Amino acid sequence: MSIALGAGAPQFDLPGVDGQSHSLDSYADADVLVLVQSCNHCPYVQAWDGRLSEIARDYAGRGVRVVAVSSNDAEAYPEDSFEEMQKRAEQHGFAFDYLYDEPQAVARALEAERTPEVFVYDRDRRLRYHGAIDDDRDETAVSQRYLRDALDALLAGQDPPVAETPAVGCTVKWR
Amino acid sequence: MRIDLLFWRECPSYPEARALLHDVLEARGVDAEVVEREVLTQEEAQELAFPGSPTIRVEGRDVDPDGAGARPALTCRIYHLPDGRVSPVPSREQLEEALA
Repeated sequence: MSIALGAGAPQFDLPGVDGQSHSLDSYADADVLVLVQSCNHCPYVQAWDGRLSEIARDYAGRGVRVVAVSSNDAEAYPEDSFEEMQKRAEQHGFAFDYLYDEPQAVARALEAERTPEVFVYDRDRRLRYHGAIDDDRDETAVSQRYLRDALDALLAGQDPPVAETPAVGCTVKWR
Repeated sequence: MRIDLLFWRECPSYPEARALLHDVLEARGVDAEVVEREVLTQEEAQELAFPGSPTIRVEGRDVDPDGAGARPALTCRIYHLPDGRVSPVPSREQLEEALA
């Protein structure tokens, strides 16, 4: 059972790899907020990271904020520790905020199952798109750009053409 | 020729890896015994030196020797394609090289 469209965005206050705390209110000025359940160690996440940074850059001037959250159990998966998150963000120059959800509260509130898994919230912070970034981990084979299409629609005051897709990726690593 | 295909079901790359392996075997006309094994626990992962799913070994030799020594874990395995991109399955070239 996954989260329903129209659900409100979860409250959070989490440390970011930039050394700052980030809460839902930190993004109050964003017309559209994109939360991405993510992590370090997953090849699917790594395959999509570059595209996510491109989207964050392309839409930054249009009122869209992109925030990746890792909730994985870093004890069982040390590659997902906060220190490793900081290293990876620096190495790859992430254009999005990258937050550490050590209590796994955000992942639970989102009912997240996969990494990467996208949750797009409108100005009222209601869920309007949920699922994959696009339709292929191989960027040379992409034919449907779900996240970009959803953002374009919401910024134009319309409904996303596709509101839900299956997220493809690693499982969230629960404690 | 014996080929071991080790996988962890929670990682969605296994069916793709399996299909790719059989496609390469068929294309090259290789007569091989493919032995599939599901890795279920961290203890099994350690016993099998399983660095992630999928792991493919041809006559005991990992098709991606560079990644074979990674920490054993129930996880999706990272492969690097010839152009540097990350993939959850080995490249066709890696499989062909391992079978040569």
